[in-house]
Amino acid sequence: MLYINGIGIISPQKTMVSREFLPEVMEYTAEYLRCIEPVYRDYIEPIQSRRMSRLIKMGIAAARMSMADAGCTMPDAIITGTGLGSVEDTEKILGEITREEKFLNPTPFIQSTYNTISSQVAIQLKCHNYNSTYVHRTFSFETGLTDAFLHMEEKPDADILAGAIDEMTMNHLVITRRIGQWKMSAVNNLKLLVEKTPGALAGEGAAFFVLGGKRNVSTYAELSDVATCINIRNSFNPEVFIHEFLSRHNLGLQDIDLLLLGINGDSDQDPVYTDFAGKFFPGKSWAWYKHLCGEYHTATGFGLYIASGILKNQVYPEILRLNKVSPAGLKNILVYNHYRNINHSFMLVRG
Amino acid sequence: MPQRIFVTGYGLISCIGNNIRENLSSLLQSRPGTGVPKQIETSLRDELMVGEVPKSHRELFGLAGLLPVEGYSRNSLLGIIAAQEAAACGRLDSHTGLKTGLISATTVGGMDRCELFYNDFLTNDTRNIYIDSYECADSTEKIASMLGIVDFVTTISTACSSAANALMLGARMIRSGRLDRVLAGGCESLTKFHLNGFNALKILDKAPCKPFDQHRAGINLGEGAAYLVLESEDCLLETGNSPICELAGWGNTCEAFHQTASSPDGLGAYLAMKIALEISGLASRDISYINAHGTGTDNNDLSEGKAIERLFGDRIPMVSSTKPFTGHTTSAAGAMEAIFSIFCLQYQVIWPNLNFNERIHELSFSPVEKLVTMVPVNAVMSNSFGFGGNDTSLIFKKVNANNADNADNAVNE
Repeated sequence: MLYINGIGIISPQKTMVSREFLPEVMEYTAEYLRCIEPVYRDYIEPIQSRRMSRLIKMGIAAARMSMADAGCTMPDAIITGTGLGSVEDTEKILGEITREEKFLNPTPFIQSTYNTISSQVAIQLKCHNYNSTYVHRTFSFETGLTDAFLHMEEKPDADILAGAIDEMTMNHLVITRRIGQWKMSAVNNLKLLVEKTPGALAGEGAAFFVLGGKRNVSTYAELSDVATCINIRNSFNPEVFIHEFLSRHNLGLQDIDLLLLGINGDSDQDPVYTDFAGKFFPGKSWAWYKHLCGEYHTATGFGLYIASGILKNQVYPEILRLNKVSPAGLKNILVYNHYRNINHSFMLVRG
Repeated sequence: MPQRIFVTGYGLISCIGNNIRENLSSLLQSRPGTGVPKQIETSLRDELMVGEVPKSHRELFGLAGLLPVEGYSRNSLLGIIAAQEAAACGRLDSHTGLKTGLISATTVGGMDRCELFYNDFLTNDTRNIYIDSYECADSTEKIASMLGIVDFVTTISTACSSAANALMLGARMIRSGRLDRVLAGGCESLTKFHLNGFNALKILDKAPCKPFDQHRAGINLGEGAAYLVLESEDCLLETGNSPICELAGWGNTCEAFHQTASSPDGLGAYLAMKIALEISGLASRDISYINAHGTGTDNNDLSEGKAIERLFGDRIPMVSSTKPFTGHTTSAAGAMEAIFSIFCLQYQVIWPNLNFNERIHELSFSPVEKLVTMVPVNAVMSNSFGFGGNDTSLIFKKVNANNADNADNAVNE
C-alpha cells in the first residue's frame, strides 16, 4: 500500500495556483494544450533556472510543490517517468546537426538526457538516495510507481518522490501527427467528444507525488496497486486480468465506484475504453480527464491527481462525468489507460 | 531469506565481437575494437576514435535473422541480436508458465534513424515508418515482440548507468515475487546526436582512451548491446538451468552534485558500491576485481578512484576499465561490463586496462595492465556511473563461493 501524501501538479488547468481541487475549468481551442506555468523563482533560484529548458523547470517546480504539500524534506527515492524527455532540447540539437556538425552548445545536449529532471531534483535537494527514470511510452509513470512499491516493500517507512513529466512542441506535434496521433486541426477541449474524428488532442504536464507507507494528515488517497500490461499478439486478456487484479485486494467488479478512463477523443482508440467499461462496469460511473490535460505519455499522472482529488474532497465534478450514473459512494477508483491498444495500464486508488 | 538471483544466460554484441564467444576471444587476446568511424556518416570522422560494430545496417539484419525491412533502427537491431543470444542461452522459450519480464535500457533510442530522416519527418511523409523509433520504448517493444515476452516490459534511461539499473530492477522485481525471470540489459547505437553532444562537452579523446592514466584525455564512444537472463532460485528448479553466477548486490545512488560532473570525492560512487556490498552480504575484502566505470575522463577516473580508495582502504582489489576495448557504450555499458565481469568469475582471469602508462598522481593504486590468468576470482564488482550523477554498482559472485566466505566471516565476527 502506498499513501499519496503530497501532490504537485502543473497542467493546462490552473492546478498550481490553488490547493483547491479543479478550481476553474480552462477552455481552449488549440492544436495542443499547453501548461499554465508557475512563477519559477518561487521554486528554483533564478541563477539556476536561467539555462533550464521549460520541461525541466516544470518538473522541478512540481516536485517542490509536492514535497511542500507533504511536508517532506528528503525523499528516500526520486523516480521519474517521461515518455519523451525534453523534446525542446532534443529538437535544438537535431536542428543543428542535420544542418552542419559544428561545435554545439552543450546545454541542450545535457538537458536532452532523459534523467535530467530526476537528477536536477536530487541536485536541488542534495539527495543522494535512489534515483531512476523510466522512458517507456505510457508505461513510464506506471513503471515508476511499480518501482515505488518495491521501495516501500524494501523499506516500509520510505518517502518516495514519483513524477510524471512530458512536454509537447509544435515540431513534435507536426511529426507525430503524420502517424495519426493527433487531430488535424485545432479543437475545443471541452467539445472533444462531439466530432468523433480520429486523433487525440495533445497535451503536456508535470505531476509529482510524495508516496509513503503511512497515512497521515495530508494523505489524499491510497494507491493500492498499479499494473502495466503489454498487448503483443493478443497477450492481454482484459477479462482474466481485471478479475485477478481486483481480487488481489479482495475486491470484485461491483466494488469499483468510479472508472476513470483515458478517453482522449480519438475515434479510433476510444472504443477500446468504452468496450472495456461496457463489458465489465455497466451501470457504473464512468469519468474522463484528458479533455483537461490533453493526451501525452505520462497523462496518467494527471489522472492520478484527479482520482486523488475526488477521493480526498469526496466530490465528483460534473466536468469529469462521461455518463449520467452517480456513484453510490466515492471509495474505490479504477484508473484505466491504453495507448494504441498495446500499452494498457491500471491504477487502483482508494479513499 | 530473500530469494537469491542467478544469471542463467547472456548475449552481447560490441565492436570486439558479434556474440559471447567472439567477445571473450578478443578480451583474452587483449585486442581492442576501437578505430575511426566507418558505418556512421559524420563529419567528425577524422577527429574521433569510436568502438563501432563493424557491420552495416543491412548486415545487422542478417545477424538478427531478419529480412531487411523498413522501420528498424540500428539500435533495435543491435538489441535484438544480443537479446536473442541471451534468450537462447537462458532458454527463455521454455517453461511458458513462468512470469517473464524484459527490462531494457537506452539513452538515445532510435536516434540513429531519426537524425537521418529528421528533415523528412518535418516536411513529408516518406519516412513515417521511422517516427516511432524516436521513442526509447521502440527497441524494447521490438525485442519483446520477437521473443514473446509479455508479463512485464519497460525501458530505463539513466544515461550511462541505464543497463546496470535495468539489471538492478530485474533483480528487485524477482526478489519481490512479481517475476520469475527477467531479460535485462541495454542497447546503444552510435549517433551523430551523442557524438556531437559529447564532443561539445570536450570530453572525447581523439586517440585510444586511457582510463586511470595520469594523462588520460577523455572518452571513446562505442556501441553495442548486452542482455542477461536473471532467474530466482525457485525458477531454477522449474527451468533446470544451471546458473552461471549469482547477482548478489546492487546499489543505486545519486551524486546530487552536477548534471555532468562527478564530485571530487566520488561520494555517489562510494555510496553505490557500499550499498551493493551491504546487500550482497560480502565484505570489501571478498571482492576480487572491480570492473570500473573508468571512462578515461579527468573527472570520472579520479572521482571513482577516490571512491574506491575510501571504500576499500589499503586492500584495493584488482581494478580495470574495459572501455579501451569497446569504447564507452553508454546505455549498453552496464550490461556489457557485467558480462565481462562474469567472464572473470567463470574463467578466473582479470582483464587488462589497455593503454595505461602512468598512475594518476592523486591515487594510491594503478589498474591491472596485462591480462591476469589463473587467479582466484570469487566476487566481482561492476560500476556504471552516468550524467546526472546516477551511479549504480553491481556485485556478481560464484554460485558456491559464499560458503568459504561465510566461514571466514564467522571467524572474524
